[in-house]
Amino acid sequence: MTISRRGFLKGVAGSAAVLAAGIPTVEAKMSTELPPEAVGLLYDATLCIGCKSCMVNCKTKNSVPGGALYKDGIVPGVVDSLLCRKSEKTAAILSPPYETKTIRGNEGIWDASQDLSGDTLNIIKAYRNGTGETKDSPTNGHAFFKQQCLHCISPACVSVCPPGALIKDPKTGIVYYDAYRCIGCRYCQLACPFTIPRYEWNSAWPEIRKCQLCRHRVAEGKYAACAEFCPTGATIFGNVTALREEAKKRFAMKPGTIYDFPVQTLDSKNCSTRPVASYADKVYGLTEAGGTQNLMLSAVSFELLGFSKDIPASALPDLTWAYIAKIPWVFLGVFLGGTSLYAITSRRNKNSADKEDHHD
Amino acid sequence: MIDFTTSLGPKLGGTLNKLLDDRHSRHLGIKMDTPFTRVLILLILGAALVAGYRVIFGLGASTNMNDYWPWGLWIAFDVLGGVAMAAGAFMIAGAVYILNLKKYKCIARASILNAFFGYLLAAISITFDVGRSAVIWHPLIMWQINSVMFIVALHLVLYLTTLATESSPMVFEKLGWQRALNNVHRIMVGAVMFGVALSLLHQSSLGANYLILPSKLSPLWYSKHIPYMFLVSALMMGFSMVSFETILTGKVFNHQVPKNVLEGLAKGIVCFGSLYFVMKMVTVFSGPGRTVLFSDGFLSFMWLLEMAVGVIIPVLLLAKTASRKHTDTIFVASILVILGVLLNRLNVGVFAVSGYANHVGSDYFPSLMEFILTAGMIAFAVLGFKVCAKYLNLFPDTGH
Repeated sequence: MTISRRGFLKGVAGSAAVLAAGIPTVEAKMSTELPPEAVGLLYDATLCIGCKSCMVNCKTKNSVPGGALYKDGIVPGVVDSLLCRKSEKTAAILSPPYETKTIRGNEGIWDASQDLSGDTLNIIKAYRNGTGETKDSPTNGHAFFKQQCLHCISPACVSVCPPGALIKDPKTGIVYYDAYRCIGCRYCQLACPFTIPRYEWNSAWPEIRKCQLCRHRVAEGKYAACAEFCPTGATIFGNVTALREEAKKRFAMKPGTIYDFPVQTLDSKNCSTRPVASYADKVYGLTEAGGTQNLMLSAVSFELLGFSKDIPASALPDLTWAYIAKIPWVFLGVFLGGTSLYAITSRRNKNSADKEDHHD
Repeated sequence: MIDFTTSLGPKLGGTLNKLLDDRHSRHLGIKMDTPFTRVLILLILGAALVAGYRVIFGLGASTNMNDYWPWGLWIAFDVLGGVAMAAGAFMIAGAVYILNLKKYKCIARASILNAFFGYLLAAISITFDVGRSAVIWHPLIMWQINSVMFIVALHLVLYLTTLATESSPMVFEKLGWQRALNNVHRIMVGAVMFGVALSLLHQSSLGANYLILPSKLSPLWYSKHIPYMFLVSALMMGFSMVSFETILTGKVFNHQVPKNVLEGLAKGIVCFGSLYFVMKMVTVFSGPGRTVLFSDGFLSFMWLLEMAVGVIIPVLLLAKTASRKHTDTIFVASILVILGVLLNRLNVGVFAVSGYANHVGSDYFPSLMEFILTAGMIAFAVLGFKVCAKYLNLFPDTGH
């Protein structure tokens, strides 16, 4: 080795100092607190009549510039990504996702989504058992349920995204997507405990699609389209802290009590007055994955509706942070340990070489 | 040999002449125009076609991945497997340059080059696996330090650079660039240490990718310690890969390495194999995995297969000192470990999410195009290694 040991040790000491100084700045652990002005939805399945008005209006209201389903042509999309810039879009969408010409006989009026997908951000599904007669009965009954992004307080998708294309708004807590950053690795899909993010599998320049809680409408002083167009008050929009109180209140009420269910928003004057149903196991979203901003109530247990029962009650990004926080120490350890080992073994080799020389 | 100075001028032609000079490797008897090479080239061409199709028509048209199965063969085999296969380099480089164990110097160049191709394979495959290949470099300028994938991306680039630096003396020697050679030698120990740190992190980070999936990954594989499992199994794989490749090149290329080198590698397999076995047993029996160890049908079978092939049989084969003197035993054990660890990566990357994905009505089996790309990538690594063995002085100081 041509390098002098002293020079090498100096270099190592210098880099170790730089690394050690860098350690305190690595404090970017994700928050597990609810933002004070967080907004969300409360979906009460016992009020849902399965009209799918929320799905239709979700698609139309999100297919405008700024909406979660809006997509520019492929060339401007690629250029923005290559130049790492976010540009304001004003042109109308080229082909709205709800105008599907592939289903015969509907002249592109509806697209009959079966599941969440690259162009379906929220979906109403039906549960059916036995004869299906009684609404909200687990046996011989039927029930509706809604799937969409729940806007986790500490979202796994945001924490795993390598270029930070998924972002949690620090004020409203809405988890949104900046397409120009995305590299299309699909780690968000794998990491989301609810498997909400969907991918445009058939696009050459694919985007991740998920509910962004009508962020573009919230910015204009409006609110989520699914809540605005829900006729029964099954989906209501509001402040998360208040929605949590409302959900807990409904859950604790004696079944059959007559209650004024607000329609559209939590503080709405417009109410639907009817008896409270008998809610199953829990308010969904209070603890799941550390808590979510969207909450759900149902008379049929969430496990029967197909929701995973294994989702931990703690924030998922903490699981990886425990590992990531150790990384600077590995560098420090390898450089310090490696240098001392190198110094020791070099000396030993030199000594034995000297001895051999002596023999000669 | 063709003289390029006549057609390309003295400067460029001279450089090419020097690079293509294979006098030093004549004794290895490597022939380029063989049926095997032709098959490799065909496979690479097939992969290139698939890559083109994939870029134009998207992932949906070329693969069977779906919303419930977002990562498939390319991530599980090419990326997780390719990187694990490359673990030998940092261990041998560390042994030679940091611990001054000079007896392993004769295999250092080959194992570093092997790792270089392993990482290149992973890097090229992930480039086509991400949907927006043209901006795969985004994480390098858009840092998001909460993401293990970001860490992996950064490490991949840094480590490829490190491996290229570690391999560069072979090229500089041929070109006779003495100044560059001296400069590389001057930073070699630092580069090797950097490589060791990056490798320890990179190998474990690939496991850490799965830390965030407690509700999706089967309890047979999910554990808080999955990063360390990936690291230790990669170390075991590293020893096996280096001895496999040393024995194989010895057989194919007519050269021999000292017996005690192979013995040392075999001892490494036994040590890390036993450690890995203990870690696997402790995690599976202390967690929810023990309840499904024999009762989860296909997944239980895959877990037991991976443990038997990759850990238990090879460790038992090499457990006795006498058997570690037997080249063929080491060869068989190495192959078993390589297959076992590759199976582990496939299990974690593809099968371990099947319980969750099947529950929501989804299924996955790689498409023909996914297989063709993976096969082409392996062919690329093999051919690249062969070309380098012919034109670079890959096996210095070995008896022949």
